[in-house]
Amino acid sequence: MRFRLTEDQRALRDGVRALLARRFDRAALRAAVDRPGRLDRALWRELGAAGFFALRLSEADGGVGLGLPETVLAFEEAGRVLLPGPLVATHLAAGRVPGAAEGETVVTAVDGGGLVEWLTAADVVCGAADGAVPLRSVDPLTPLHRLPGGSAAVDPVAVLLTAAEQLGTATRACELAVQHARAREQFGQPIGAFQAVKHLCAELLVRVEVARAAVYAAAVTADPADIAAARLLADEAAVRGARDCLQVHGGMGFTWEADVHLLLKRAWLRTRRAGGGTESEELLAADLLSRAAR
Amino acid sequence: MDLADSPEDAEFRARLREWLGKALPALPPKPSPDDWPGRRAYDLGWQRTLYDAGYADVHWQASPGVRLIFLEETERAGAPYVGAGFVGLLHAGPTIAAEGTAGQRARWLPPILRGEEVWCQGFSEPGAGSDLAALRTRAWRDGDDYVVSGSKIWTSHAEVADWCELLVRTDPEAPKHRGITWLAMPMDAPGITVRPLRTLAGSAEFAEVFLDEVRVPVGHRVGEENDGWRVTMVTLSFERGTAFVGEVVACRRVLGELAVEARRNGRWDDPALRRRLGGLNAEFRALWRLTQWNVSEAEAAGGLPGIGGSVFKLRYSQARQDLYDTAADVLGDASLDTDRPWVHDRLSSLSYTIAAGTSQIQRNIVAERILGLPKGR
Repeated sequence: MRFRLTEDQRALRDGVRALLARRFDRAALRAAVDRPGRLDRALWRELGAAGFFALRLSEADGGVGLGLPETVLAFEEAGRVLLPGPLVATHLAAGRVPGAAEGETVVTAVDGGGLVEWLTAADVVCGAADGAVPLRSVDPLTPLHRLPGGSAAVDPVAVLLTAAEQLGTATRACELAVQHARAREQFGQPIGAFQAVKHLCAELLVRVEVARAAVYAAAVTADPADIAAARLLADEAAVRGARDCLQVHGGMGFTWEADVHLLLKRAWLRTRRAGGGTESEELLAADLLSRAAR
Repeated sequence: MDLADSPEDAEFRARLREWLGKALPALPPKPSPDDWPGRRAYDLGWQRTLYDAGYADVHWQASPGVRLIFLEETERAGAPYVGAGFVGLLHAGPTIAAEGTAGQRARWLPPILRGEEVWCQGFSEPGAGSDLAALRTRAWRDGDDYVVSGSKIWTSHAEVADWCELLVRTDPEAPKHRGITWLAMPMDAPGITVRPLRTLAGSAEFAEVFLDEVRVPVGHRVGEENDGWRVTMVTLSFERGTAFVGEVVACRRVLGELAVEARRNGRWDDPALRRRLGGLNAEFRALWRLTQWNVSEAEAAGGLPGIGGSVFKLRYSQARQDLYDTAADVLGDASLDTDRPWVHDRLSSLSYTIAAGTSQIQRNIVAERILGLPKGR
């Protein structure tokens, strides 16, 4: 058992982080907020050229030939900077939809719960999106449609990659909270010197680390129960993390100008993917009985 | 990232499993919880069995990964845990191994490994809990002895212990962390009074120990005089990486039993309860993965446990309390009957957010030492 990142995995994570720092920094994030619904096609192609969408495609098929663990690391980085776009759907379409792997084609999908992200901007939609109704999306960086009818089948890999994005967002929430707690002074000292604030930050980190172990393990085993667990813990880490981060920011956290609300809104949106977390809880409950019967 | 056993680990696991299959049926019946001499004999007997089979020093010699497998497999098989051997094997022993002289190691370590001597821990005091360095039990030199007076609390197995790893104040003038000394005190020395301490669970797992001019030879001091705080930190960090491995395995088993009981008594039909059980399944799966993560990190760091232990303990202590609160929900009115399973465990789970550093202290540690937030009040 060597349950830690290999040198290659570290290098891959650092490479994705560097690419995103260069091409999607804070200024780019805020510019995207000011131009809702527009996807940066040049960035999308750059991601394609870097292999982001083709990570799991075999080398014979023009892909990178890596596995779920590496893919999870890349999606975690995307979640960390709130990279917009139907990343999961395009990744899953690589090798099946022409141009998806290269980042030439933007692919979205009817999600298991009936939501469709980026429907207008996408070139290809997987699943029947006829009759999809637009919503005024709570997340300024994710246009949404919803199908009034039923829902499609859920791909566990989509659930896992969403969990990886949540993990990245949770990590970012922890970093922002700690930065603010060190910089902001009240009563003549950094607010991070007060235990009440310290303990919020500590809990942020605990949730991140628990979720990280669950998400990475699910990437290694690809076991449906492990993926369901990863989803629940990553959703919790991202949503509660963004909430606590907002609280640490005080009044600043309630403004449009601070980035905290963007973290929270994206985290909320992702919790609704694949029909929400109830299915995962039911799957894990049933798993208890089946394991006890064995 | 890899979760599979290496070939050597797989072989260790297979051999251990085979041995446990033969050794466990030969165990004597478990003594009752109030039978302290019986518990001592039982726990030491198991340690002797481990010694004869070559597993006695698994906590000291083996890599964290091998220790994880040992704890996982022994718990799965239903083998006893260290019991009365806890302080000797996991606190005092490793401290003596790291900080003791050759003579001290030769005197104290073999009887711990062979299951012949029991150690208890004299750290906490009525006035020194979370703020352990505020301890006031005094020791002063008189010839070749220290003379010790004061009182200790939360000492487990004190009734049946041969030795006590004792923290005393040898320099009351020095800053509080610098005037502390680590002593090995023989529990049969004159002037020691042990009084059982009844906990809210009704049992007497712990004791108060009163010391009235107890003489401890200077040769029983481990480390230098007034260097006991540093010596103690070696002890305290030792078990953090793998301390709760067996318990997490056990909690996952209890969770399965809870689901079966809920199915039997009809509570399973309540979706809110079912989802809560599903959430706990996620929780304990994740805690198991976090253990594997921390152990792998420790292994990469040359066997040293990291600060990840505080993160783990914060989450685990809460999860354990949630588990037994959920058990009470499954049981309904039966949760008020102390003869029912899980009811006593629910009571004892209340200590988890307090013992070995309260959750509040752990959060301070995480915030200051991992996140780098400023020290404050």
